[in-house]
Formats: sequence, structure tokens, C-alpha cells
Amino acid sequence: MAATSKSATRSGFREREYSKTSVWAGRIVVFVLLIGAWELLSGRAFNAFWLSKPSLIAGRIVEMLGDGDLWYHMSATLQEAIAGLAIGMVGGTLLGIGLAFSGIFERWIYPYMMALYSLPRVSLAPLFIVWFGIGLSSKILMVTAMVIFVAFYNAFEGMRNIDKDLMDMMSTYKAKWSHKLRWVVLPSITVWILTSIRLNIGMALIGSVIAELVGSNRGLGYYITYSSNMLDTTGIFTGLVLIMLIAVVLEQCVLLLERVLLRHR
Amino acid sequence: MANDKEPKLSIRDLAVEYHSKGQRTVALHGVNLDVKDGEFVSVVGPSGCGKSTLLKVAAGLLQPAAGAAYIDGRPIDDVPDGVGMVFQNDALLPWKTVLHNVRLPLAIKGLPDKEQVAEATRLLKMVGLEGFANFYPKQLSGGMRKRVALARTFAYDPDIYLMDEPFGPLDAQTRVKIGEQFLHIWESVGKSVLFITHDIEEAIALSDRVIVMTDRPGRIKAEFDIRLARPRPFYDIRFDPVFKELQREIWTQMSGGGTGGIG
Repeated sequence: MAATSKSATRSGFREREYSKTSVWAGRIVVFVLLIGAWELLSGRAFNAFWLSKPSLIAGRIVEMLGDGDLWYHMSATLQEAIAGLAIGMVGGTLLGIGLAFSGIFERWIYPYMMALYSLPRVSLAPLFIVWFGIGLSSKILMVTAMVIFVAFYNAFEGMRNIDKDLMDMMSTYKAKWSHKLRWVVLPSITVWILTSIRLNIGMALIGSVIAELVGSNRGLGYYITYSSNMLDTTGIFTGLVLIMLIAVVLEQCVLLLERVLLRHR
Repeated sequence: MANDKEPKLSIRDLAVEYHSKGQRTVALHGVNLDVKDGEFVSVVGPSGCGKSTLLKVAAGLLQPAAGAAYIDGRPIDDVPDGVGMVFQNDALLPWKTVLHNVRLPLAIKGLPDKEQVAEATRLLKMVGLEGFANFYPKQLSGGMRKRVALARTFAYDPDIYLMDEPFGPLDAQTRVKIGEQFLHIWESVGKSVLFITHDIEEAIALSDRVIVMTDRPGRIKAEFDIRLARPRPFYDIRFDPVFKELQREIWTQMSGGGTGGIG
């Protein structure tokens, strides 16, 4: 009884069910309207030189697919973003879990973590390039610097939000530390970690593209600067579209992971 | 049920204090309490009188400021063996199915998988949830979740059950049903229970002894022996004249009148 009334109030807000078709039909309509408006207005309401045109961008993508440029640049950006994301996520999450258990040590470290977090980290890109050159490692470091704080902060907050009753419950059954970690701690913070991955996909792409803008000879960031130097707005927009595509695909992967890991919700 | 051996749980001159934001709150002061082997003792009192704190000390989850608690004569410093706690909210793992939740204490004990499943299945059947083994807690009603929590505690098979307003969040009807079921199962296992509640009727219907606590700092104000024959009809016992009389007296104590009690 209690459960049904609860779900009834819940469905009134946020979780109202819409049919899949109506959702997707709406999305496609919005897409067609936006792209159609861009296509129609470009060259009529304003000069296509400034904003390019969807058809030109599509053409460029096909062209790049043909001569191998697409994969050449995309793979570099993807590699940097994913490697940095992985390092930053693992490092930040472990740091968050560790610090949450470190007692007074946490109180010593935390303000400095927050100070570093508020630093505009993109401004570190030139420093990393001085240290590691224009190759892959400076980019990965940049991405790591971008994502590690969100990962840390989420894991830390997740640790603080663990239901104390569940930990007490495990204690009364004389559970060992490893049991608590596996059955309570990790499942409790899973939702926090997944959230931080989702937030960090965007951060990782910002990191890799910014580092490429500052100094590189490969990657979508490089392609954008190169196009910009050539006053090739179609090239710039093509780079942006490809970055967006990566973000969407990665996000979908995380959503899939969420569906598997959070099926109990 | 009660006998005169050494008490299962014994609490002596217990005081508990909380410190938060530089403030010191005395939750319990000078509490003495025994639970004999096989005895069902309820503690009733207004909310915030430290009933739950008392239970946490007995479970070894909280260190007292003064005094001590003993299980079988041994002082409790860490979580003692053979103590099963039932929490006010069910404390079920939301990411585990019903079956896995009930298996949990057995898995911690390190029993073979097959035995874990067999025992958990038997207990789920006992609490009337045999069709729900693969459900997640979210998919169940409050009363069903409570039964899963009870089954889990039965799986642990403790010598003493510590129950913190276990039926508190349920609606009146479900409360009576689960109370009846629990009483029935308890009468067959005959272990000690320390039961916290704010519901006088529930306390009398279940217990051998009811203890009334006062408001902050929590102290024991009165004690009542419940001389009602067992097995008892959990609901119909409420119409017994002895029950009515006890209910009136306990209520008088709780609402502030009189001292002492009938022994």
C-alpha cells in the first residue's frame, strides 16, 4: 500500500512516463527544424562564409572519411580523452575513497584540493606542453587534470552519503572490512562514480581539445585551429560536430553501463 | 519463558552522551536493565528518550560514557557475537535481491553457497515471501521489506534480538499482521528480545516485561511484568481485562504521573 502511493506521487513529478515513439519523434522534429533552418538561412539571411552550412559540413565529413583524415584526427583526440579520463577517474575516485577514511588527514588536504579545483586548469596546458612536448602525454596529463577533481569530489561526497544504518547493519553481522567494501561501500558510491564519468566526458574533451589547440600536429583541436588559420569555417564546424559526436557516443556508453549497474533502482 | 539463570543482556549504571557542535547532550543516565535468557523485554517511552541509543550500546555500535553493558556476563566493547539487530528502517541492501539480502549473514559466516540458498529460501517461505526471492527491495511494500529484514535476522540466528521500533513505519493493519507473525515465530525459537517501541499495545502484546523510560536524559521510570499466558493471540489479547489494566497503568507512567510500578 505504502509503495503504491509513493510511486503515484513520484510519477507526478519528473518520472512521468512518455511513450518512446513520442519522445523520439519530438527529438527528430527538433533536429530537422534546427538543421533545416541553418541550411535554409545560410547563404540567404547571412553569408555562408561565417556559419557554413550543414550540407557543406556533411560533405566535408565524407571527404575526410575518404582520405583518412577523419580517423587520423578523431583517433588522436579519442585516445587522449579516454586515456586521461581513465587515469583521472581511477586516481580521483581512489583519492576520494582514501581521503574519506583518512580522519584528520582529510581536514589537512581538503582545502588545497578545493583551491586546485578552482584554478582554471585549461591555463595549465602551456605548462604541460613545456614539460612533455606536443605529443600524447601532455594531452593525457591535461585531460587527467581536468577530470580528476570531479572524480575525487564525487567519490568523496558518495562516501559521506553512505547510509550509516547499512554500515551498522554489516557490523552487527560481524562483517569484515572486505565485505563492507564490496557490499556497501562500492555499490553505494557507484551512482556517484557514474555521475562523475558523465560529467567528465565533457571535461575530458575540453581538456584534450584545449591542449591540442595550444600545441599539437594532430587531433580535432589541431584540425580546428588549422581550419581557423585557413579561414575555413566549414572545417571549424566539422571539428566541432565530430567532437560532439564523440561526446554523444561516450555518453551513451555510460548510460548503457548505468542501466546494467543500477538495475535495482 | 523467563528463567533465573545469569541474564543474557545486562546493563549497569549506563550513561551515554552525544557531542555535536560543541554541545553535550546526555542521552541516557543511570540505566540498569537485565534481559534474561529467552525473555521478551520491551522498552517504551516518548521519542527522543534514548531508547535507540540503549540498543546501540547493547549492539556494541556505541561506546557509553559511563557504566557498561554485558552479554552473558562479558562486557561489550566491540560488536558481540550472537546479537541480531533489526533496524527501524529495514537496512536492506537496495542493490541486492531479496534472496541475497537474506543470505547476507550466512555469506559473512562463510557458509557454502548451496546451504546459504537453502536456508534463505526456507526463511523466506517462513515469513511468507517465497515468490519474491528475485525481487529488489524497491519493488516490495513496506511490510514485505520488513519481513525480509526479519528473515535476514533469523538467518543470523542470534541469541538475542535487538529491535529498534521495527514495525514503526508500517501502517496499523500491516503492523498487526507482522507483529502477529513475528510473535508466532519468536514463540517457536524462544530467544531473548529487547524491543524498542513507542506503541504501548504492541509492547504489552509481545512482552514478558515492559520498561517505561522518561524523557531526556533517558532513565528507567517503571517496570511492568506482563502476566499474560503464552502463546498469546497478538490482536485479541488487547480485549483481555488484564491487558486493559496494564495499558492504563503504563500510559499513566508515560504521560508523567506516578512513580514506581507494579512488580
